[in-house]
Amino acid sequence: MSRIKGCFAQLKKNNKKALIPYVAAGDPNPEITMDLMHAMVESGADIIELGVPFSDPMADGPVIQKASERALIYGTSLTDVLAIVKSFRATNNITPVVLMGYLNPIEVMGYETFAKAANDAGVDGVLTVDIPPEEAGTYIPALREFELDPIFLLSPTTTKERMQLICQYASGFVYYVSVKGVTGTSALDTDEVAKRLAIIKEVTDLPVGVGFGIKSAETAAAVGKAAEAVVVGSALVNLVEKNAHSLSQDEGNKKTIKDISQVLSSMRSALDA
Amino acid sequence: MTIEQQADKKLSDMPDEKGHFGQYGGMFVPETLMEPLSELNQAYMKYFQDPEFLAELDNDLANYVGRPSPLYFAERWSRELGGAKIYLKREDLNHTGAHKINNTVGQMLLAKRMGKTRIIAETGAGQHGVATATVAARLGLECVVYMGAEDIQRQALNVYRMKLLGARVVSVDSGSRTLKDALNEAMRDWVTNIDNTFYIIGTAAGPHPYPAMVRDFQAVIGREAREQSMQHEGRLPDALVACIGGGSNAIGLFYPFVDDQDVSMYGVEAAGHGLETGEHAAPLCAGKPGVLHGNRTYLMEDRHGQIIPTHSVSAGLDYPGVGPEHSWLKDIGRANYVSVTDEEALRGFHDLTKIEGIMPALESSHAMAYVKKLAPTMDKEQIIIVNLSGRGDKDIHTVATIDGIEF
Repeated sequence: MSRIKGCFAQLKKNNKKALIPYVAAGDPNPEITMDLMHAMVESGADIIELGVPFSDPMADGPVIQKASERALIYGTSLTDVLAIVKSFRATNNITPVVLMGYLNPIEVMGYETFAKAANDAGVDGVLTVDIPPEEAGTYIPALREFELDPIFLLSPTTTKERMQLICQYASGFVYYVSVKGVTGTSALDTDEVAKRLAIIKEVTDLPVGVGFGIKSAETAAAVGKAAEAVVVGSALVNLVEKNAHSLSQDEGNKKTIKDISQVLSSMRSALDA
Repeated sequence: MTIEQQADKKLSDMPDEKGHFGQYGGMFVPETLMEPLSELNQAYMKYFQDPEFLAELDNDLANYVGRPSPLYFAERWSRELGGAKIYLKREDLNHTGAHKINNTVGQMLLAKRMGKTRIIAETGAGQHGVATATVAARLGLECVVYMGAEDIQRQALNVYRMKLLGARVVSVDSGSRTLKDALNEAMRDWVTNIDNTFYIIGTAAGPHPYPAMVRDFQAVIGREAREQSMQHEGRLPDALVACIGGGSNAIGLFYPFVDDQDVSMYGVEAAGHGLETGEHAAPLCAGKPGVLHGNRTYLMEDRHGQIIPTHSVSAGLDYPGVGPEHSWLKDIGRANYVSVTDEEALRGFHDLTKIEGIMPALESSHAMAYVKKLAPTMDKEQIIIVNLSGRGDKDIHTVATIDGIEF
């Protein structure tokens, strides 16, 4: 069983919801990422979504755009991200890791080469924002061959017909983008999300994660009532930015790990309450 | 596909129904955009066969844009170069001074029929922004134009023109602060406001159906050029030349000729400081295939797949990608893609200004610079049509600064 499938099965048994934090690898420097991943697990993260920096992140709001820019100052490449995952796996062989990013770095590496390297490093799932199933003819088989779950997005504009198409190719979980917009948007209507989730549930048995616009423990808890997983990104990356600007690298990294752990702990408690 | 069907298949039949030109093109976008793009595609397919729509488009092109644009025989310049006869397709004489308006008039008619009330666009040199603000003003629609902070400085005049036309110009400070970043930002706006917003992409790039749709709106250039060549010379030209940033003026000229194998095509990219320096904007000449802005195409990227900064003296060519149809025409060998440097383009600008009394945009000056190389290698009986895609008024400050003149 894949780590992701196992993770959701375990959570379901314990009647719990998954907390999935997103951070961009290498933001604000490559030194922090592995430590931050471990700290997030200790604070209650069930799955880690690791952003692969890209020069042109067109689905991301300003917060995650800047995260990519900071990581790219150090030249954090897809190869570097895989090395980080590998180092994380040295002491954690349980927590699933999902890479989230854009197609071009994978395209340049080659789908097969990437999938093999990602599997070797201990990656479990891949969410590529700009590859819909219609374009994924050779991408999906490459991921499957190396036991990686292709994670796909569903959005408020996705028709039921498209949901069926997408869920046919997805495994692990599907990711529902809760708002029309980019990452870090503030307005999330929990009633509306619950309505859409009911439709998604008619289409698939896969667990559903909800993201884009989850900023507080309250929203996380509200969304957690209807979905199997809650994804939180920009709210965490904001903390990275704040500390990177105001403190030296070492102090900033320590403070960021502390701040993010605090936010995740409160979200964990709210989700479990 | 049977052999007969294959034989019937013409180059002009591309793209396929999913927007692919061979391995290029397609729809590489976040899920939120898939449904809006499919709606746009349906509208485009429907109205391109609707006589009423086409009649309204023709009327706007004739009476608002000022078409047909002349095909002018540059007699003195031809004589000086001592080779082929050079004809200029005068897109610079269109309303707003460039070919961009052909496309914005068309997309605006679609927006109107789709009931959209808000228009957004990206712009590099500002020509597409001006052309969009112009048609939005005419219909009284809200218009937001995204423009890289760097380009806003280089093209202050066009920024002011857009503001006069009632558009809001948003400065984009992310990434390299040029056209590609403006495109990212416009996409983000579109994803957020898809219910009421129509995104008018200015070049034959982006996700399907944009590359095909923009081409079809710009193809009026090539259709007219064909007819005019028959009128002037009683035959088709031997060569077509056009500059390439995203490639909309080039594909507009080329497309109606793609099935005429005897007509050679030359797309001229910006070699900036020289291809060997890496400081250029020539993905077809010196890049590799990749995926950016919703389509697979030739790109300027590093070995990790990050898009790298481009350089060109002309803001309109300063883009790391290119329309997917050009990538395909390159791979199948139907069109030739070449490049000229900033310096050569500037000489082209001065030459045409002094010899013909026509001041070309710096973008179009790249095409002129290549004609200087090509024409002398051809016979006196042969014909070149070069697309004079825009006028140079907007670039006078840039040229003056390079020549060391301050106002």
